[in-house]
Amino acid sequence: MSSPTAAAAPAKPAKRVKRNRLSGGFFRFVLTRFLLIIPTVFILVTVVFFVMRATGDPISAALGGRLAPDELQRRIHAAGYDRPIIVQYIDYLGGLLHGDLGTTMTDNQPVVSILTRYGAATLELAILALIIALLVGIPLGRLAAHHRDHASDAGIRIFAILCYATPVFFLGLLLKLVFAVWMNVLPSSGRASLSSEMQFTRLVSPTGLYIVDALQLGDMSVLADVLRHAVLPALALGLLTAGVFIRLVRTNVIATYNSGYVEAARSRGVGEGRLLGKHAWKPALIPIITVMGMQIALMLAGAVLTETTFEWKGLGFMLSTYLKARDFVAVQGIVILIAIIVAVVNFIVDVIAAIIDPRVRY
Amino acid sequence: MAGTHSAKDNDLAEKAVKDDALTPPTGDDLAVVDDLSVSFVTDAGPIKAVDGVHFTIPRRSVVGVVGESGSGKSVTARSIIKLLPETATTSGAVWLRSRDGKGAVDVLRLSGDDLRRVRGGEAAMVFQEPNSVLNPVYTIGWQIEEGLLAHGMKDRKERRAKAIEILEKVGIPDAATRVDYYPHQFSGGQKQRIVIAMALVLNPGLILADEPTTALDVTVQAEILDLLRLARDEFGASVLIITHNMGVIADIADQVVVMYRGHVVEQGDVEQIFYHPQHDYTRRLLAAVPRIGQKLVVRDREGRPVERKVDWRTQPVAVEAKGLTITYPGRLMQPDFTAVDGIDFTIHRSEVLGLVGESGSGKSTTGRAIAGLQKVSGGSLKVLGVEMNGVKERAFKPKRAEIGFVFQDPGSSFDPLMTIAENVAEPLIVHGKYSSVADAKDYVGDLLEMVQLPRAYMNRFPHELSGGQRQRASLARGLALKPSLLIADEPTSALDVSVQAKVLELFKQLQAEIGFACLFITHDLAVVDMLADRIMVMHQGRIVEHGDADQIMQHPAEPYTRKLLASLPVPDPREQREHRAQLHELLAAEQA
Amino acid sequence: MPESTATSVGVPGDTRLEKLSVSKNRHWFSKLPVVRQLGIAVGWQKGMLIVGLVLTCFFLLVAIFAPVIAPYGYAQMKYDDGTGFPTQAPPSAEHIWGTTVGGYDVFSRTVWGARTAVIAIIVAVVLSIFLGVLLGLVSGYFGGWVDRVLVVIADAIYSFPSLLLAILMAIVISGGQSSMWGGILASGISITVVYIPQYFRTIRAEVVRIKGSAFVESSKVVGASTWRIMTRHLLRNSTRTLPVILTLNSSEAILTLAGLGFLGFGIEPTKAAEWGYDLNRSVADVTAGIWWTAVFPGLAIVLIVLGITLVGESLNDLADPRLRTRKSAGEVIGSIEDTSVDPNAKPDAANQVLAELDAMDGRDAAGDSTTVGDAGKEA
Repeated sequence: MSSPTAAAAPAKPAKRVKRNRLSGGFFRFVLTRFLLIIPTVFILVTVVFFVMRATGDPISAALGGRLAPDELQRRIHAAGYDRPIIVQYIDYLGGLLHGDLGTTMTDNQPVVSILTRYGAATLELAILALIIALLVGIPLGRLAAHHRDHASDAGIRIFAILCYATPVFFLGLLLKLVFAVWMNVLPSSGRASLSSEMQFTRLVSPTGLYIVDALQLGDMSVLADVLRHAVLPALALGLLTAGVFIRLVRTNVIATYNSGYVEAARSRGVGEGRLLGKHAWKPALIPIITVMGMQIALMLAGAVLTETTFEWKGLGFMLSTYLKARDFVAVQGIVILIAIIVAVVNFIVDVIAAIIDPRVRY
Repeated sequence: MAGTHSAKDNDLAEKAVKDDALTPPTGDDLAVVDDLSVSFVTDAGPIKAVDGVHFTIPRRSVVGVVGESGSGKSVTARSIIKLLPETATTSGAVWLRSRDGKGAVDVLRLSGDDLRRVRGGEAAMVFQEPNSVLNPVYTIGWQIEEGLLAHGMKDRKERRAKAIEILEKVGIPDAATRVDYYPHQFSGGQKQRIVIAMALVLNPGLILADEPTTALDVTVQAEILDLLRLARDEFGASVLIITHNMGVIADIADQVVVMYRGHVVEQGDVEQIFYHPQHDYTRRLLAAVPRIGQKLVVRDREGRPVERKVDWRTQPVAVEAKGLTITYPGRLMQPDFTAVDGIDFTIHRSEVLGLVGESGSGKSTTGRAIAGLQKVSGGSLKVLGVEMNGVKERAFKPKRAEIGFVFQDPGSSFDPLMTIAENVAEPLIVHGKYSSVADAKDYVGDLLEMVQLPRAYMNRFPHELSGGQRQRASLARGLALKPSLLIADEPTSALDVSVQAKVLELFKQLQAEIGFACLFITHDLAVVDMLADRIMVMHQGRIVEHGDADQIMQHPAEPYTRKLLASLPVPDPREQREHRAQLHELLAAEQA
Repeated sequence: MPESTATSVGVPGDTRLEKLSVSKNRHWFSKLPVVRQLGIAVGWQKGMLIVGLVLTCFFLLVAIFAPVIAPYGYAQMKYDDGTGFPTQAPPSAEHIWGTTVGGYDVFSRTVWGARTAVIAIIVAVVLSIFLGVLLGLVSGYFGGWVDRVLVVIADAIYSFPSLLLAILMAIVISGGQSSMWGGILASGISITVVYIPQYFRTIRAEVVRIKGSAFVESSKVVGASTWRIMTRHLLRNSTRTLPVILTLNSSEAILTLAGLGFLGFGIEPTKAAEWGYDLNRSVADVTAGIWWTAVFPGLAIVLIVLGITLVGESLNDLADPRLRTRKSAGEVIGSIEDTSVDPNAKPDAANQVLAELDAMDGRDAAGDSTTVGDAGKEA
């Protein structure tokens, strides 16, 4: 997933066509790309459904051994898990179309409500981490490409590999150890202190994004509290992604920097700074954005680990909780939710890349 | 520079002496390349690409640098604006005078902003592949303006006006609108015009054109050469044109520099080079250039011409196409693309049919269909008696033993991980003539000798052979099963002229001896005229003209054929002048 | 213009190459993949490759000699005299890296963990390469709707968070936790499923590129069977990029294994030592200021992934002429060879010899097998 080099090859010039009817090309691209979401989600739903069911029905998995066999059978029958698997599958797909992902076994909630309750926390973490990753990854990647093969390049590359090589939970533990335990300047877990959480209950329409909610309250001490809680998790997840972004930016900028059109611009006297900042940057941006979109998937996996490390109560934390409780209906639902998010994010990112690329636009 | 210096400062004295050797030359030449040497570091160690080259570029003239691959001509041109990779090391000097005649600078000793001002401002470059030198994500107007901005034109409106003006000058219609178009919205020829516009807009004294027409069709090539003449005549620039094509040199050059293996072999004015070449290499190069009307005659050891034993006209038909149509299915929501559109032709046994066309004419698709590499979509194509429309591979396989194919690209025509023997023996093993490569060794050796390669080469890997040698080995593979039909798809277009001459000679000799029917596909009219009995001209999937070679070459009936012939530059400066006038007449008539 | 060249004029490109290839008579081991790249690399690139190799070899040695290096067993909680290890003891003479909350010796478990990691990589890589290469070969060569369906499936799985998929697979295969081999196999297979699409995509892209090249078409013209084309031409030529992907994927495999362990879907502590599991157990320790249970297994992960990634990235750079560093000669030296344009540019017909030189370097498998064989006979 994190092999940005694979996408480093510059796009080939579009094949010559006899009749050039590309006027509606961009619209057609968006439409076909949108339609591609459907098979992608369908495939993932199918894979997840059958993989989860390969272990047996969720009731036996969650409650097996704790209930008497005939009671177990009765509950299995009541939930319809004794029907042929294909029927259950079609039933599940039908539910999915109506936005019904099932009900959790352990706490008897609709899976969709987990998204509404915990999605905001994950979104907040992901946005903060993405900001860190972009702020660190893009300038450092461009710097490394510019100072290629010099000491600064080697330093940045090793930093990038270290970011990537450090498991996000280990980085999290180290940050906790240093900043929360030894220096005791930042909280070690959670999204906000208890008093802040209490404040949020006063809000009429809480967004679940604590930073936004704190701004709604207009209470600076709450905002500071929320931010202090967010620093370490966002840093752990952000640096992991930053490592990938540095490599991605560096490789692609070097590739376009060595291309014929940059050489041609250089032959006309365009300065190196402008070559790097404009001529090489914009074409490099197309593969960079596409691969960055794929990294969102990596970030969601990283979020599961980060949230577990910092007890950040988001989708990832809930997923790991339900996994431990062997509540496979909930697990299946959350995993499918994540699959849909990934597919939609990739679609949006591809459209952004297409807007930059005039070969798709016209 | 050679001022007095105190004796105590020995280093400085030495430096001054060295500088003495590098004082700017006198005279009014625009540029002087003085004892230039360039070497590169590769994985295989240092390689010297240019060795002690010296020549001059006069004002307002076109200097043609001609040479085969590896002659160092491109590196020389790039050295003039110091556009070399970091691994390059140079010595000597490149003196460049500014356009207004103020002083000369040694470009090789410039750096930073001084170098930047020279690049584009004093000497601008036009590259071989317009596709790769235009930035795909910026409009052409923006890219033209970048050059102007780099050379100090701060006013945005002025830059834009200038960009539109130059696009009009190089012949881009509707320039005021199209200035905002992206490169992919232009044809190949237009892209090269835009690249030239980017050079001209900076009003440099020298245009360096590195194989500016190699990637283009001949009709487009003629237009681009006209444009470069315009750069000399109207813009008053000098042009240094790098090419391997003697016809291009004859068409455009005032002065010629002949390079060979990193050295300048000869420099002189164009008439002297063509009519009184001094150097043996120049003479050989000129002799190897294919010319229209020059039939290739191959002689055996006793000097007797090698002739075919039979008259092809009396031979049975090997390939027959009637209304042959080939379409490529369009991508989602796009129309199908018809590559070959209802063509009729026949190839007799022992005949060489030349198939000529520009890129996209459908000539290669036709050849591939005959070899069973491309599905036939409509009409009828009979190859050695088998109907190819709807053919099953099982039915065609036995016939494959009788068909040979020679591919264009010598770089990829052999499996790089297999030896030449394994590659050449493949048809023999597939058709069960031999059970193993070791078994076929003697016969493969014979085949290699037949194409004039040493037997020992069979144990080599493809990359250990040169391009010409690989094309010969490719011919050996094509002929391994003694086929009755050979399809040669541009077999010599990737080769240098001297190598091409040898391969063509060999081809002619083998054809005469073995007597296979042959479809010879090429874009080069001169090459096809040397070999073919009949010629078929294709354009946009249709056959434009079809007939005896002499008939078509001497008395072309169709306007397209005439234009094609007139666009092909003749490697003879005086003749080419008349030839060019003919082309301009023809184009004027087309316009009217 | 010296006189000597006047006499040396001949048909270009015909004899010089012989001298070139003959003079390149190198020792066989210098042609082995990694060793050969070590020869090409210069400057920082060489440094990174060497550091990567040293780290990787170090962990391989630790994995092999774990029983000798580790003072205690991975599941050992008692001294030989039957008294139990102290729990959460700081580093001391008996337990140089301390002990865990469960009473394991941190140093021993970290050392044994190398073995688990190496075995899991090998299982994961071997399995995913076989399936990925096979599918990529078939899909790329035949094309058609099977290809399109496989591509959509591979893309869907490729875009999905790999760790989540690995968790699902781990649940299916082992129901959560299991024995050493069972656990390693389960982890390996889970990782395999995640990485098959990567190999599939790479190999398929290569096959699609190669099947259009003249030598494959040439085989088709002579009527070679599909089996022959796939095994003789496509398989060998499409797998050249594998070493790079293989190393980069190995490092991802370790991270995935550790992630599985951290979430509690790895291997039971009594069956094998696994760094991710140990980190999971140390989450609570860290809050109490007990650092040694987290830092050592964590550093082990960082260093092994760092080492393998450095090797992989260096190989990747060296395989791509655009990313490769070359020294400058410093002075104008060297013999004249065919060169036109720029040696870093993509080889084309215009600069044949340089293309040849590059190809010569790219030729691992074929050239080596013969020379290695010869050396073997002598020995």
